[in-house]
Amino acid sequence: MTTKYILYVCAGLMLGQGLAKPADVAAAMQTQCAQCHALKAPAPAELTIDRLWQRKGPDLYYAGSKYNEAWLVKWLQDPKRIRPAGEFYFKHVKTGAKEDVVDESTLTPHVKLSKDDATAYAAALMQLKGAPDLVEKGSYKQQPGSAAMAAMFFNKLRGCSACHQSAPGAGGLSGPELYTGGERLQPDYIHDYIKDPQKFDPHIWMPKLGLNEADLQRLTGYIVGLSAAKR
Amino acid sequence: MFKKVRIPLKLSLAALFLAGTTYAFQNEATVKLYNTYCVQCHGLNRNGKGVNTHDIAVQPRDHTDPKGMGDMPDDELTKAITEGGLSVNKSVIMPRWGLTLSTDQVKDLVSYLRVVCKCGPKKEGSTNVGN
Repeated sequence: MTTKYILYVCAGLMLGQGLAKPADVAAAMQTQCAQCHALKAPAPAELTIDRLWQRKGPDLYYAGSKYNEAWLVKWLQDPKRIRPAGEFYFKHVKTGAKEDVVDESTLTPHVKLSKDDATAYAAALMQLKGAPDLVEKGSYKQQPGSAAMAAMFFNKLRGCSACHQSAPGAGGLSGPELYTGGERLQPDYIHDYIKDPQKFDPHIWMPKLGLNEADLQRLTGYIVGLSAAKR
Repeated sequence: MFKKVRIPLKLSLAALFLAGTTYAFQNEATVKLYNTYCVQCHGLNRNGKGVNTHDIAVQPRDHTDPKGMGDMPDDELTKAITEGGLSVNKSVIMPRWGLTLSTDQVKDLVSYLRVVCKCGPKKEGSTNVGN
């Protein structure tokens, strides 16, 4: 209830402002976005499993190394839930008749911004890069490959679909949906995150699978291609 | 005479208290590990009915099933968690956690699974492991 209240207050504050100046945006991010998102890299000692349980939204301190700016501008004006079971999934599931289900009553929508504010916030977020070696530039090689084979790796051979949706309604719910992943995420980030999720957070609940480079390239290409057709 | 008895008794009580505290702490941390990593597929009730199972090809193991879990020796459970389902001739959907969790964490999870299934391990070597 408290979380909901804070989010509604955030929403009210954010929607009521017209933020065009970078200084205003930076200040607003600190007072509003930081309620739910980490905008500064936590100290190593702070990167605990308890922090994951307490945080209300994904970390944004490396947003500029993760997101595509055009997607941010679009999404902030019309936010749609990326993680079907919210963040952190455990707090938003309940037992159902057949299996555990998402408890929608615990989830709150993200605030909507005006086009001008979305553009300003997106530009500010793109400045947050994280550690210089967090994402290796050029790690995704964009090599041609069989889409059918890549889909088989995603859905069957590497088990990604157990937690991620490759199309609405198809796949698991505890991880972010990936049918907009290509539009949302930078390819190098996708590659590096699959390679070592714990590099981004040592306790994140996506396992490091120890995939070889061919798998990493194939899966990255598949995710990039998932939403390429929709752009 | 009185002192000789009293001091060891105090130490014993302290040791018992510390041992109890340590056990409780470890158990709590292990439950949190399970809730963080395993519940997404194995479910809030540990019955293999996690939130990801509505569209999953192979049903995750029911950890409350004493028969199924009792048939698996500890080293097979350890291998399944550490190296993934394929390593014990099970589904690829069970990922390998050995690059994410420490050896001690996996060991604690195996102990916790024995609490969940209320079953003891089958003696090692009595089933095929990782063939």
